[in-house]
Amino acid sequence: MSKSTAALAIGSIITLCLLGIWIGQNVNFLPVDASTNATVYDELFKALFSIGSILFFGMVGLVVYSLVRFRRKPGEKGDGLAIEDNLPLEILWTAIPTIVILFVGLYSYDIYDRMGGMQSLQTSAHHDHQEMESIQKIWGGIGSGSIDSTNKNLKDSIPIEVTAMQFAFLFHYPEGDILSGELHVPVDKPISMRMESKDVIHAFWVPEFRIKQDVIPGQPTILNFTPTKTGKYPIICAELCGPYHGGMRSTVVVENENDYQAWHEKNSKVSVTSS
Amino acid sequence: MTISIPPSSSDQSKKLQPEGWLRYFSFSLDHKVIGIQYLVCGFIFYLIGGALASAIRIELVSPISDFMPRDVYNQVLTLHGTIMIFLWIVPVVNGAFGNYLIPFYVGARDMAFPRLNAVAFWMIPPAGLLLISSYFINGAAQSGWTAYPPLSITTPAAGQLIWILSVLLLGGSSIFGGINFIATILKLRRPGLRLMQLPMYCWAILGTSILVVLSTPVLAGTLVLLSFDIVAHTGFFNPTLGGNVVVYQHLFWFYSHPAVYIMVLPAFGLVSEILPVHSRKPLFGYTTMVYSIMAIVVLGFLVWAHHMFTSGTPPWMRLFFTIATSFIAVPTGIKFFNWVATLWGGKISINSAVLFSCGFIVNFVLGGITGVALAQVPFDVHAHDTYFVVAHFHYIVYGGSVFVIFSSIYHWYPKFTGRMLNDSIGKLHFALTFIGFNLCFAPQHWLGLNGMPRRVAEYDPQFIFFNQISSVGALIMAISTLPFLWNVINSAFTGPLAGDNPWSALTPEWLTSSPPPIENWEGEAPLVSKPYGYGENPEKPNLTSNILSDQSNSDSEEDEVKK
Amino acid sequence: MTTLTQNEQSSQVKHDQDSEHGDYRMFGLATFLVADAMTFAGFFAAYLTYKAVNPLLPDAIYELELPLPTLNTILLLVSSATFHRAGKALHSNNADRCQRWLLVTASLGIAFLASQMLEYFTLPFGLTDNVFASTFYALTGFHGLHVTLGAIMILIVWWQARSPNGRITEQNTFPLEAAELYWHFVDGIWVILFIILYLL
Ligand code: HEA
Ligand code: HEA
Ligand code: CUA
Ligand SMILES: [Cu+2]
Repeated sequence: MSKSTAALAIGSIITLCLLGIWIGQNVNFLPVDASTNATVYDELFKALFSIGSILFFGMVGLVVYSLVRFRRKPGEKGDGLAIEDNLPLEILWTAIPTIVILFVGLYSYDIYDRMGGMQSLQTSAHHDHQEMESIQKIWGGIGSGSIDSTNKNLKDSIPIEVTAMQFAFLFHYPEGDILSGELHVPVDKPISMRMESKDVIHAFWVPEFRIKQDVIPGQPTILNFTPTKTGKYPIICAELCGPYHGGMRSTVVVENENDYQAWHEKNSKVSVTSS
Repeated sequence: MTISIPPSSSDQSKKLQPEGWLRYFSFSLDHKVIGIQYLVCGFIFYLIGGALASAIRIELVSPISDFMPRDVYNQVLTLHGTIMIFLWIVPVVNGAFGNYLIPFYVGARDMAFPRLNAVAFWMIPPAGLLLISSYFINGAAQSGWTAYPPLSITTPAAGQLIWILSVLLLGGSSIFGGINFIATILKLRRPGLRLMQLPMYCWAILGTSILVVLSTPVLAGTLVLLSFDIVAHTGFFNPTLGGNVVVYQHLFWFYSHPAVYIMVLPAFGLVSEILPVHSRKPLFGYTTMVYSIMAIVVLGFLVWAHHMFTSGTPPWMRLFFTIATSFIAVPTGIKFFNWVATLWGGKISINSAVLFSCGFIVNFVLGGITGVALAQVPFDVHAHDTYFVVAHFHYIVYGGSVFVIFSSIYHWYPKFTGRMLNDSIGKLHFALTFIGFNLCFAPQHWLGLNGMPRRVAEYDPQFIFFNQISSVGALIMAISTLPFLWNVINSAFTGPLAGDNPWSALTPEWLTSSPPPIENWEGEAPLVSKPYGYGENPEKPNLTSNILSDQSNSDSEEDEVKK
Repeated sequence: MTTLTQNEQSSQVKHDQDSEHGDYRMFGLATFLVADAMTFAGFFAAYLTYKAVNPLLPDAIYELELPLPTLNTILLLVSSATFHRAGKALHSNNADRCQRWLLVTASLGIAFLASQMLEYFTLPFGLTDNVFASTFYALTGFHGLHVTLGAIMILIVWWQARSPNGRITEQNTFPLEAAELYWHFVDGIWVILFIILYLL
């Protein structure tokens, strides 16, 4: 390899990396981030997007370059060079993806841990009225949604029981015995949801929170999160559950503390009188 | 030490087979006829599956459910997924090209079990017709191609049961095919031909058949249990009777993840055959290519739960499957870099076959990268069951496997028919397919990340624009099939004669007439010890026997290169 | 293409399709049995998972009686041995003895099925009672189906092995060997099944 081609190759690799990093950092493919999970998630997304862009444009570049540079010109005869193997090269392109994969794996482990995914669900499921037996049956979900989650923090969280059925979500607030078709939560407060389905599998998804968890019949699941931006966001059922699966939606209203208290007050009275 | 196989004298059974066009509709035992049967049958199902996909895309032009009733939409998408996977990709990349090519590649005159082979093929059309007829009987299955209970237990039983029966038949056909391939490759090899001299497609089919034999029976067992739940009201997967729905998902994905490699490994093999021929270079890194196939086979069994990150799986399980899944990128990456290295420094003829193969590389890399992203639990928690996943797997199954099938048709059509396809129309076909495909599926990444779940007939109006672009892309893809169909049908009658070996290729199927005679070679089977012996070697000029020269005298130069 | 085969004419291999084919058929059968074993593996995995994560209510747990299944195990193990005897007899070209041993094997298989039926009728639970019961019946039933098929196969082989004009002879041992391999396989599965279902 002559000096100029080497310089050219290194130059294009650097340009490629810069381009990839720029794309990852600046092209936004995601909706607003409205929970503590979302900010952490977006960090991972940017990293993956950068790495992915570098790999993708690099491969496309190589293929297109080969097709143009090494195409058979009209009337040309003969074969290419009979190169069958190159051990150093093979080692190189085994090592690079391995390193990338290890990096991505460790990084996403870290992210998942910060989302609370590695927390034991038993501790975060603190519904006092739940017997041991049913807690043991809890299958999965995501632990606390706050980065600096401590058990104290979890104690403060608002418990909500979610029931999914064809084709609606039902939210029950044990504190105040409120039953609602719309999820109301105060901003910056950890929420702890225990979800169970009445018929088939559904899934609770709020894109702006970057969280999703299947709601399974017979096996409760747990989902914890902390909203960070007030507003109304869609709750979407993400698991095929029948003809009206596409219409199985609801809204989560993230309000400031006062509005939430007002809503809570108003509705708990109603449910007290009605029941 | 080499031993030759003289033509078999006991071909009375073959004499009874009909000749001419009729044999393609007969219970023929000839592996070449069966291969073509698989290919044409698969393509018809592709058109049906594609028509269903078009119906999906028409429905999704508008955000409300207006084109068809909601339950019909679910039936259509279930049929689309099932047909495309079980009746198009799997039978064609394995059955069609496998049957046609593997006996050539191992130097045999037929498959190990010709009769079983024919039986395996003839299970497919009835199964497919059964599946499609369920739509007209009482409504087809409507729980997606994954048929997750309890939904699949509670939806109308007739359609679901027919779906199960049909998938069982197709699975059985697949297992018979797999057994046949394993026996053919391991036992029927021409004496003197070592395993490490086989063309790469043999390795791909061997790996795939191992996957088929080990994983398909689990699916069969699972579906039998599911049908018990529907018919006999047992409670395997019915929570109200104490069953467990997640167990079904584990069993299903234990098959269906390996199934995705059943759809793509043979495609890898086909590309490895096509690229060296047209770039006139040896396949780069033969040994690592073989090991990476085997690595994918092993790893493929250890990653199934990445489809279940939100299904309520314990944290340790999610992490294990994240790591295992990500690592599949390493052997897959090796293959891609080796293909690029094969192109590098070659003298590449830019024809339709090469274009589709290179299109495959580009599309698959994108699909693979989104796959690695999906493998990260925290990422998947947001992206699972959204259009991002739909985009991921169409980039792989369409941009990957289907592109390779087209590439292979352009490459082997002269062998199948003895005539050439029109390359200009082929390039038009490529351009339309490539543009339509990317227009259709690229926007779906954005749709999924921004909140559009999959399997819905109605969606939030904010997604109208990209859905319509996607539908336009699907329209272009549908149109792109027309020049292809015209090309294939027209060239069969009027295409220029191809000669035995139009590409001056070295793999054994080209070392016989086009189309080949009944028992593949008039004389003895050739021993091809270097299937990729292309290229000029500046150090040892005497070995440069395979250089592409004038077409006319290429015959004498296809001398095998002995070690 | 003659150039390709210059130095290859010397070696001669007798190309006798039929005698060669026997080998592949056994190989194919073995591959098929691997596939079949995977079906059982799926069922076992499901059963063990249910046991681990879906504990039954106390009143739904039954102790399975051991005597009948133990007898069944013995029946099958002995039948494997008798089948082996039949194979040996055929190899020494003693068709009569071969037939006798085959008949013994088939009877043992049928005895197994009868005693399995007996167990079904005495069990305190039915197919749809709970997941455990369903899986129990699915596993034993699927295995019983295999035994039934095997018994039918043995009887066919027995019929065909009759001398002197039978189709199964010292020269054509494939059907017998195939049935034997299959039968050993079914016995092996039963042993695993016995351990997992009854002993664990
Ligand atoms: C042929 C089919 C095929 C193939 C080959 C693959 C290949 C891969 N798939 Fe895909 N997948 C499907 C078909 C396929 N998939 C289907 C049909 C579904 C949806 C099922 C359903 O729910 O209906 C699905 C869903 C799916 C999911 C679940 C998503 C969800 O539902 O939430 C995941 C998650 O991990 C995943 C991951 C992967 C990975 C990591 C690969 C890897 O094998 C990809 C490896 C390839 C590369 C990475 C590119 C080349 C490599 C390099 C250039 C080297 C450098 C790269 C890096 C270092 C990253 N796939
Ligand atoms: C395996 C291969 C495969 C292939 C090749 C395709 C090809 C296509 N798929 Fe595929 N698709 C799946 C496998 C595949 N799909 C699977 C497994 C699912 C998941 C199902 C599930 O969720 O359960 C899915 C789901 C799926 C969805 C999501 C549905 C939903 O979740 O709601 C969409 C939406 O756009 C879609 C679109 C398309 C399109 C536009 C094509 C196009 O590429 C098709 C192009 C081909 C044509 C357009 C044919 C052209 C011919 C004609 C139109 C003429 C017709 C003539 C006659 C009938 C004689 N598919
Ligand atoms: Cu509930 Cu989809
Ligand atoms: Cu997978």
